[in-house]
Amino acid sequence: MSELTRLTAAELAEKIHSREVSAVEATQAHLDRITEVDPVVHAFLHVATQPALAAAAEVDAALANGNEPASPLAGVPLALKDVLATSDMPTTCGSKILEGWRPPYDATVAARLRKAGVVILGKTNMDEFAMGSSTEHSAYGPTHNPWDTTRIPGGSGGGSAASLAAFEAPLAIGTDTGGSIRQPAAVTGTVGVKPTYGGVSRYGLVACASSLDQAGPCARTVLDAALLHEVIGGHDPLDSTSIDTPVPAVVDAARRGAEGDLRGLRIGVVRELGGEGYQPEVEATFRSALSRLESLGAELVTVSCPHFDYALAAYYLILPSEVSSNLARFDAMRYGLRVQPSVDSSAEEVMAATREAGFGDEVKRRIMLGTYALSSGYYDAYYGKAQKVRTLITRDFAAAFGQADVLVSPTAPTTAFRIGEKVDNPLAMYLNDLCTIPANMAGTPAMSVPAGLAESDGLPVGLQIMAPALGEAVMYRVAAAFEAARNAAEGGPLIQRLENGLGVPV
Amino acid sequence: MSAPVLIDYDTVVERYDPMLGLEVHVELSTLTKMFCGCPTEFGAEPNTQVCPTCLGLPGSLPVVNGEAVRSAILIGLALHCEIVPRCRFARKNYFYPDMPKNFQTSQYDEPIAINGYLDVTLDDGSTVRVEIERAHMEEDTGKSLHVGGATGRIHGADYSLLDYNRAGVPLIEIVTKMIPGTRERAPEVAKAYVSQLRDMLRGLGVSDVRMDQGSMRCDVNLSLSPRDSGVLGTRSETKNVNSLRSVERAVRFEMCRQAGVLEAGEKVVQETRHFEEASGTTRAGRRKETAEDYRYFPEPDLVPVEPSAEWVAQLRDSLPEMPGARRKRVQAEWSLSDEELRDLVNAGALDLVAATVAAGAPSGEARSWWVSYLSQQANNSGVALDELPITPEQLARVIELVAGGELSNNLARQAVDGVLAGEGSPDEVVAARGLKVVSDDSALITAVDEALAAQPDVAEKIRGGKVAAAGAIVGAVMKATRGQADAKRVRELILDRCK
Repeated sequence: MSELTRLTAAELAEKIHSREVSAVEATQAHLDRITEVDPVVHAFLHVATQPALAAAAEVDAALANGNEPASPLAGVPLALKDVLATSDMPTTCGSKILEGWRPPYDATVAARLRKAGVVILGKTNMDEFAMGSSTEHSAYGPTHNPWDTTRIPGGSGGGSAASLAAFEAPLAIGTDTGGSIRQPAAVTGTVGVKPTYGGVSRYGLVACASSLDQAGPCARTVLDAALLHEVIGGHDPLDSTSIDTPVPAVVDAARRGAEGDLRGLRIGVVRELGGEGYQPEVEATFRSALSRLESLGAELVTVSCPHFDYALAAYYLILPSEVSSNLARFDAMRYGLRVQPSVDSSAEEVMAATREAGFGDEVKRRIMLGTYALSSGYYDAYYGKAQKVRTLITRDFAAAFGQADVLVSPTAPTTAFRIGEKVDNPLAMYLNDLCTIPANMAGTPAMSVPAGLAESDGLPVGLQIMAPALGEAVMYRVAAAFEAARNAAEGGPLIQRLENGLGVPV
Repeated sequence: MSAPVLIDYDTVVERYDPMLGLEVHVELSTLTKMFCGCPTEFGAEPNTQVCPTCLGLPGSLPVVNGEAVRSAILIGLALHCEIVPRCRFARKNYFYPDMPKNFQTSQYDEPIAINGYLDVTLDDGSTVRVEIERAHMEEDTGKSLHVGGATGRIHGADYSLLDYNRAGVPLIEIVTKMIPGTRERAPEVAKAYVSQLRDMLRGLGVSDVRMDQGSMRCDVNLSLSPRDSGVLGTRSETKNVNSLRSVERAVRFEMCRQAGVLEAGEKVVQETRHFEEASGTTRAGRRKETAEDYRYFPEPDLVPVEPSAEWVAQLRDSLPEMPGARRKRVQAEWSLSDEELRDLVNAGALDLVAATVAAGAPSGEARSWWVSYLSQQANNSGVALDELPITPEQLARVIELVAGGELSNNLARQAVDGVLAGEGSPDEVVAARGLKVVSDDSALITAVDEALAAQPDVAEKIRGGKVAAAGAIVGAVMKATRGQADAKRVRELILDRCK
């Protein structure tokens, strides 16, 4: 493995901007790494070799002309989740129904990355339309966890997280509807951030559940995530739900946090996020993380969010409801797959046959659930009631943030499970998002940082840090402080263990 | 399907009370679509006015057109509605190929304008208050063109073409409450409502309101109650009613058809029907086995629309005078009877008279010219009154010349004829045709004397005190002066010469 792929995005950017390394070299190194390991990992659905090298060459040319870098990340390669529209690459959302579809436009996130000189290496694998917690629901086959290739890399953004852990890219973009950035980050030992709802434009993000979806940065370090956050964040007039305020100063916060001083900060431990259903080693790692935070000067308080117990149930009514409507457009009339049962099939028959053939089981399951939940006579009992629960969850957060500056929990109740282990048990799969869903329901920011390795299986465990809406700065500060302290105590980043090769099954 | 049995209209009215409701869709004339920046112009090449958002491409998002919200508020205010401080869009979910997202972004339980009314004037001058339940914003669908088969309908077509230019064009749907008590006048009330709503919308400048181009479309809801029972019947919803005349015919037909069903002891089916322009009948749409469930829910891609009280107040102040209020004001100002007002409105002369008055003419003269002489001319040449090639300003000038004694009424008609014939402005016509009241007494005296000399017997009668006989001499003098003399002055001179 080339030295260049071991670097963090910040280090790589520095070398490129000082012209010690060219962006083309950096890009080529990562493309080589993809060629080397992706046949095993399968993080990518599409590798855009030529466009990536061309974009890198542009960055080099600009620097050669004496121009300032377009952004602190200019020239750094990135893996983009295949749910964001790209005009020069296919966008499939992990679904057969969009196989080969090439959007005529760029998502705002993609456009901002390009403008910042970030080099898009390709599109990463995901559960179909972002529905799943393991990436096994991709129509193009599962992604494998670089820590143990018989295990899942989390989902839905398993491709993005695995690409980081496999050193195929130093940066990635994910989207998080119920944990799809954070849970993959946790199980791959990487960093994943779900920004405040409306903090990053959803324009060009193919919707799973519009009121929950949020794109965010994925990286191997907190600082890298912060750098990427500032590139993609900020108001977008094309997204009505985008917030019209400046992006929180997260890079500053991460730098300050790395100094390791958390005195005066109150950290709330959510009583409801633990106990039954949590793997004992996950809880043990979480407890040791709490001690570490305390040792940095933070004050630990226990908070109660009683309605979090209903979050999963409410989520699985709101999400499918929106899914059933958002995915109605895949009907073979304008783009994507078209299945025509016979020469004289009606439009209605073509729609039905296409959707039958083009959607996977999990997607169909949620479309049916949502169609039911929105039906006349059931709406109030299901969708209506779920929205009330959502309000109560938001109030729980508000009350908790009255007692604490940030809240913490394990990111996921278990470490990475084995591929195939839960694929036939949807409920067990859903339970993996128990800790991450509340932040989506409330629209508040949350992130996962590597907390340590579980003793029995040697797999990564994530620490989730949650903050009030637009409170990203304090969240990054805590994350950076924790990361620095853990690295200092444990002899370096968790991810170092993978620098010399993929993990082996244990 | 057998042809419906129709009951004679008078019998229907004798036995049943029609319950009428109207839903009118109005395409706004905003420059861009409801949720994207695509142009809305009518008649462009298919699929040239589209973008990711109005094509519903994956990942695209809507953004509300502020100008459409402004139009919606203006319409709501003009209909005396309450403009709500906060409203939302909702998704109406159903699959149809001309709908790019397979849901229509509309408003459901939180419309922008509620509880208003429109006072509708009928032909006899009486007024019916039509209560408005709501006016809400939504997007139009694309258009399907069914090719092949006999009827142009989807059934039997070889294939269908889709044009998404119209998809996303802003619509306002205006829904009335049930209009009770219209009895035999239900068809007239329906037509008058749509017609006066159209005038109002045109006055607001928010829509082209072209029923022929589909920028204004009407659905007629109708049920029958047994006369004076107050028991509501089952209603039908008739779509595709695309002219004022069709509105009237559709109501009348549905009354006769539903009465036929009820008289046969059967039940009216709740259904959507389509109006057939050619035959003036309605036919049932495709019967659905289950009631359509649109699974409405709040549109999560949009934030609520919250028009500020200041904005609404500002728009209220900017409202032009509404046609109904204007008619009332004009009636008072011009001292018109109900009949005179009705004739004025029916002649389509209200605007023209008002403009003529604004150009300085007295209302009586202005009204008389437009309603009688000019209406005849328009009628003779088969054009609408406002298509006559004379402007209110030109007519006002003619009236001014008459008032100043420079033209007689007879000469004024000649001047108007000249303008209509394209001979130029009134002053140019007067000059070119040499139209001038002969007011030089010496010239007139000569003519009078000549006329008296030519008819000595008449002159004798006048001298004998039969003043009425002067008429014959006046006629002769007018003839001799080619109508340019002032008849009143001629008469005075005749009597003077016969003293």
